[in-house]
Amino acid sequence: MRIIFSLASGALFGLGLLLSGMTDTTKVQGWLDVFGAWDPTLAFVLGGAIIPMFFAWRLTEGRIPKLGGSFPPKPAPVLDRQLIVGSALFGAGWGLAGLCPGPAMASLTFGGIGGIVFFVAMAAGMIATPPLRGWVDARYRNA
Amino acid sequence: MIDWIWGLAGGLLIGSAAALFLLVNGRIMGASGLLGGFLDGSGRNNMAERLAFIAGLVVVPMLALPFVTTQTNLTPNLLIVIIAGLLVGVGTRLANGCTSGHGVCGISRLSLRGIGATAVYLLTGGVTLLVFRHILGVI
Repeated sequence: MRIIFSLASGALFGLGLLLSGMTDTTKVQGWLDVFGAWDPTLAFVLGGAIIPMFFAWRLTEGRIPKLGGSFPPKPAPVLDRQLIVGSALFGAGWGLAGLCPGPAMASLTFGGIGGIVFFVAMAAGMIATPPLRGWVDARYRNA
Repeated sequence: MIDWIWGLAGGLLIGSAAALFLLVNGRIMGASGLLGGFLDGSGRNNMAERLAFIAGLVVVPMLALPFVTTQTNLTPNLLIVIIAGLLVGVGTRLANGCTSGHGVCGISRLSLRGIGATAVYLLTGGVTLLVFRHILGVI
């Protein structure tokens, strides 16, 4: 059952990304390009996505997930360096290409060679992060 | 004008997908976390769930392709594509989330981390467009 609902959720996510135009990098870059031909579409996508989730979070109160287990605990309200640096790097990459992880996967079958190259580079970055973080932490402690 | 209607409709679908994943499976629908945990092995106790989600996300847009007109319009400059991909990969794993996890799931929960992360990546994304499009003219 968990696998079926994971598949359904991924499918719905992919359809939403396609329908909303978020697999089109010009729409994403258009939103970030405040000093150019600004495109407000992304605000409607993010706003539209937050609405069902706002109610979903309310529904989690005092309940458990349909398939058992527990809901993810709310993280402590701390803005640490890793969150800020990581988000800053992500934003730069997002602006450069106009792709974030969801749309990069959703457009994998029709994004051509460039889309595949982006996905491979992103995957390499993801795999490299835990050892990279360990190396930086070690250096930082010694300094 | 029609673009924002499609944006809103697609956004509602994205939010419904996240709500389904949360209420049924009890999990945060974060694209970078689901993929990253699959790739680096940190999600080894729920690999099948991750793979099923990714399969739906990759395959279903392909099946819908005959009914829509879409293009990714990605820059043909592969050097920029590679640098951008690396930044997105490292950044989202360091920050433990991207537009779906921090943006959609975090903001809707009024999580400080989600709101803070979203503010930072929107800011650096905007600055990147300003510098690399309007000053350097490379994207």
